[in-house]
Parts: sequence; C-alpha cells; structure tokens
Amino acid sequence: MSLLEIKNAKLKVDNKDILKGLSLSVNSGEVHAIMGPNGSGKSTLSYMLAGRDGYELESGKVFLDGQSLSDMEADERARSGLFLAFQYPVELPGVGGMSFLREAVNSRRKFLGEEELDHLAFVKEARKVASKMFVKDEMLKRAVNVGFSGGEKKRFEILQMAMLKPKVSILDETDSGLDVDALKIVSDGVNEQRTNDNAIVVITHYQRLLDYIVPDFVHILSDGIIIKSGGPELALEVEKNGYAGLINAA
Amino acid sequence: MVATQETIDKVKEVSSTYKYGFVTDLEADKAPLGLSEDIVKFISHKKKEPKWLLEWRLKAYKKWLSMEAPDWAMVDFPKINFQDIYYYSAPKTKPKLNSLDEVDPELLRTYEKLGIPIKEQKVLAGVAVDYVFDSVSVATTFRKKLAKEGIIFCPISEAVQSHPDLVKKYIGSVIPISDNYYAALNSAVFTDGSFVYIPKGVKCPMELSTYFRINEQNSGQFERTLIIAEDNTYVSYLEGCTAPQRDENQLHAAVVELVAMNNAEIKYSTVQNWYPGDKDGKGGIYNFVTKRGNCLGQKSKISWTQVETGSAITWKYPSCVLKGDDSVGEFYSVAVANNAQQADTGTKMIHIGKNTKSTIISKGISAGKAQNTYRGQVQIQKNARGSRNFTQCDSLLIGDKCGAHTVPYINQFTPYARVEHEATTSKISEDQLFYCLQRGLDTEQATSLIVNGFCKEVMKELPMEFAVEAQKLIGISLEGSVG
Repeated sequence: MSLLEIKNAKLKVDNKDILKGLSLSVNSGEVHAIMGPNGSGKSTLSYMLAGRDGYELESGKVFLDGQSLSDMEADERARSGLFLAFQYPVELPGVGGMSFLREAVNSRRKFLGEEELDHLAFVKEARKVASKMFVKDEMLKRAVNVGFSGGEKKRFEILQMAMLKPKVSILDETDSGLDVDALKIVSDGVNEQRTNDNAIVVITHYQRLLDYIVPDFVHILSDGIIIKSGGPELALEVEKNGYAGLINAA
Repeated sequence: MVATQETIDKVKEVSSTYKYGFVTDLEADKAPLGLSEDIVKFISHKKKEPKWLLEWRLKAYKKWLSMEAPDWAMVDFPKINFQDIYYYSAPKTKPKLNSLDEVDPELLRTYEKLGIPIKEQKVLAGVAVDYVFDSVSVATTFRKKLAKEGIIFCPISEAVQSHPDLVKKYIGSVIPISDNYYAALNSAVFTDGSFVYIPKGVKCPMELSTYFRINEQNSGQFERTLIIAEDNTYVSYLEGCTAPQRDENQLHAAVVELVAMNNAEIKYSTVQNWYPGDKDGKGGIYNFVTKRGNCLGQKSKISWTQVETGSAITWKYPSCVLKGDDSVGEFYSVAVANNAQQADTGTKMIHIGKNTKSTIISKGISAGKAQNTYRGQVQIQKNARGSRNFTQCDSLLIGDKCGAHTVPYINQFTPYARVEHEATTSKISEDQLFYCLQRGLDTEQATSLIVNGFCKEVMKELPMEFAVEAQKLIGISLEGSVG
C-alpha cells in the first residue's frame, strides 16, 4: 500500500521552475533515498511535501496514505503523520524542549483521537526515548535548538520523530554537520523506527549516510525530476562516478 | 455613560415592587455627574471619613486643578472631559443571572481557554451561586489566620476607620498628592482599594490576593492601595485577574504605594486584562496608574512583576525609590499590545542609598497596529556609591504595522556606580513558525509558544498558579495576529 504518492509534481519558486514533473511512490515498510547534486530541488521537495508557505504545487498531486495533501496546511499534514527532519533545525529561544515536545505529541494524539498525555506520563515516555538517542535530560530542559551542537540538533530531530510516530518521515540532509559517531547514533535512532507500517524518505548528497540507513530504493534527482531509480547499488555508483556521469547518461 | 443610565432604569423598574423609597436611597448613593469641591466632600462624607482625610482630599483636588494632563507619553487619545464622569456611585451589584447559559458565549470561551473552574466562572460572570462559594469560606479562614499573625489585610476604607494612625502616617508618603496629574486626581476622589500591614518580624504565610475579595464590592475606577512592611518581613501581593474584565468606566487612575522597612521584602505582581476595545480601538479602558515603592530601610527589597495585556491605553511606571543602603529594586514586565492598543510603560529606579541595586527586565510585544513603548529612568544620586543597575529591554514585533519604542533615561551623578542597558528588537520569523507548524502546532499555539518563550524570564517571577494562567492569557491576547 502506498503511503506517499507524488504524481507529476510541478512547482515554481520565485518564478523559476524547480520541480518539473516529479513522481514518486513510497510503500509502507520502505525506505527510499533521494540523492542529487546541489540545486536539484531536494530541499524544495521536502518543503513542498511539508506544506511550507510559498511552496504550493502548480500542478500535480500528492497523497499521504491515500489522502490528498493539496488542501491541507502544514500543521494538518504534520498531525496527519507527515514528519520533516530539518536540515537546519530552527532555534526557539525560551521555549523548553520538553514542553515543545509535549505540545507536539499532544497535538498528534488529539488528532488521532488518543488521550493527551499528562505531564508525568509524558516526561517518563520522553526520557525513555531520549536515553536511546543519547539525549540527556539537561538538553530537554534547554530551549529548543538554542546553543545545541550540530549533533545535538539532529539527535533532537530524530527524538521528535520517535515521539510523534509519523507515517511518513522525510529526513532532509540529516547527515550534514555530523561526525561519524553522531552519524551512527542518529542512524541507529532512525533504523529503530523502521516498521512495516511507516515509510522513510532520506534526502542526501552523500552515499555515506546510506551505509547506516540502508535504503530499499535509491532515486537520483536532477533538475526537478527523478532521472534514475534503482536499489542501494545506485548510491554506490554515484559515489564512484559522481552525479555528472548519471546525469549525462540520462 | 449609557450603562449607568441603564442601571438607574433597572433600579427604577425593580423598585416599583419595593415600598420603602428604594429609588430615593439609591439615587442619593450616587454623586451627580462631574467633579467639584462638593463632590470630593460628598465622597468623604459617604465614607464617614475623619476630617484630616477630607482636608487631604481637598488639598489634592486644588492641586489637581492647577495641573495639566501629561502629554509626554507616546499615546494618542481624545482629551478626557473630567466633568463627564461619575466620581461616586454606590457599590454596584452585578446583574444576577440564573445559569452560565445566560452568559455571553464569547466570555465563556475565554474562561474555558484560561482554564478557570466552572464555579469561579459563575462568580466572575455574576451568576447566582446558591451554595456557599468556596472562596468565601476560604477567605474567611485565611483572614483569621492572617489576623493571628497580626497582619492587617482589608479594604482601605475600612482601614481608615480601624487603623487611622497607620493610614494617616503613610498615605501619600510615597506618592505625594502633587506627584502627577492622575495621582492628584486619585487622591481627591479615590473610592477604595486594599490596605496591607505586616508587623515586625512576620513573614506573610500566603500570597495576598485581590482574588479573595472577588465577591466584595467593586473598588471602582479610582483604586488606592497601600502596603506597609515593617522590619524583617515578607509579603507577596497579587493584583488583578486573568479573566477579561469589562467596566463601563473608561478612565482608571489607580495609585499604589509600598513601604518597605529594614530587611523587608515586598513582591507585587499584577495581571492586567481590562477591556482593550475593539479592533479599531473603539471603547476600551484608559489605564493611567501610578505605582511606587519606597525602600526606606536597609537591605529592603521591592519587586514589581507585571503582565499587561489589556486596556486601550496603558500609562504605567511602577517604580522604586532606593533610600535604604543595600536596598534592592526589581521590575519585570511583559506588555502586550495588539490591534489598536497603545502601551507606554516602564519604570523608575531612583538610587539614593549606598550599594543599592536594581534590575529591569522588560518584554514588549506588539501586534496588529499597536504601539508599545518602554520608558524607563535610572537615576543614581550623588551619595549612591557602589550602586548598580542592569536593564534589559526586548521587543518582539508580530506583523509589519506595529511599533516598538525604547526610551531609556539614565542620570548618573556619581562615578562610583555601574549602569548597564541592553536592548533588542526581533520578529517571529517565518522559519520559527514553520518549524512549529511542522510539528503539528497550529498558528496560534505556535505564536503563543514563541511569545511565551520570549517572556520566560519575566513569567518565572510570577507566582506559579498565576504564571500558568498568564501564559494562556498572552496567547489569547494575540489570537488572530499571525497568519
């Protein structure tokens, strides 16, 4: 069953064509990697999916678990189970990590018709998940992303993903700014969340992340469309020959 | 003053069923429109005040006549016609409703969002409650407990009768009648307010709150409060209510005086949520308040915390006069102005004694087409060696039609002191909003979260139960300002 379906998506940003008829189908239980050079439209794709203002489709359709996203605002999409791990997580001065997490989780639970967690139950759950991600209590007390290191920011993103239990997660350049140790922790966190009921789309420049989060499918994005799809071996080909060879061949 | 006419009509209507000249009595309980020496005498007479207080009022009235309304604040409003105001009317009983179903649904929604318990909602909205309301019995118990400690906490009109010496000694001692236009007016016509006296060595065992007087008479538009803390004492006083307050009186000119002796600490917290007027600024309260505390004793401390979200116009500068050596003054403020609201608020820290310290943290939030001004004075006098001040003024803008202004005045008359001033202006960024939305928060939740994060340093100064309500209140005040 297809959890995420993108059909012939076209989109302009500042009057420039960025997505030029992109199609992609992601089934539950699958991990897809989207690779592409700078400027190929990777971040635009993630903003379009998440419903950021200014990234509305010009034509084409997107479905999340069979439901069209075109009339849904960013927050509705999130509550419906779409998660975006940001390339550059945003600082929220004065907003405590724990209370931010709680608001987010309760919004999702409310949407699902589940009871909102009270403070104690929530803190217990959050601590449990956080410890797996090597996120210390002290970090949850700090303001969201303020003064976090690159690794801490990404760990906090994945912690949120784990708490929100989304249907579809999009990881936008999650490997950027991570050293090898941090990359491993973050990848372990992601892998732990792979189930038969959800799907993950990993957007990345480099093959190295895919050594840790092994995808079922790899797609090459170039100039706003997917020019080639294949298995994990496609990523190795990129690593070996660069994007240029693939793009020229296409 | 349409509503007043309504009251009279209603009373007339009801009074036809009463035989004993109810109307006449009630009519006599209302002073005629306008202000004159006779009105001042009328008020004093109605309150059965001693002669010295009447004379004090009259002196204030004469002073007021010779003064001009201040025009230096960054607020703009039509000239007030002081002869078009009633300065005394009998305590108003709110119209009794039979159930919450009769209450304005908009008001109920706000109560709900604030998380005010049903029982309390009923009292606030004026619904007849036929069982003994909890807070009344609680208040009685508390009052007994306070009396046991020797603490006096009562309406100031009561204190004038029961403790005239204390009132006489301290009223106007912090804010003299000639201090400013609105303080002079208040001194002439004040109707009621709170009086607190903490005897030597007593730490007040609970937060004193106007909430406990919720069922008592409305203090009216010219409120006057006096708090005296003797040597080695502590008291925390909460003023106001997060629930929206409507009032038919447009002008409110209150005076609050605090006196702290050696080693005494007074913490005064306010949440102000008067009617701000509609989107275009029609209606709404003019809130012209004078608040000041005297740190008379050594090592005394006065701390003001305010969350100002209501009123069409706010003109308010809670201040500290640091006379005692090593005394401390603090001012923590959140001022929210949305739509057509105008706020000009800040503080004065006057350092007179040696090694005095003051801290000012001001957070101004502007949205809609509101104007929000921080105005603060730090004065270090010649003998205030070793004194320090730290000021931080942060402004947050929501939208592109509002304004934030910071006007600091620093006068330093000794080189042996340190004054620091920091100021920032920021906007809620699109990135921040999108990040929150992507986590499933709606625009209003997101705004509220970001704004409350911005005010955190001030909110943590509020007593716990107040802080939770105040946070929600800030969110509600900014509804519809983003997106």
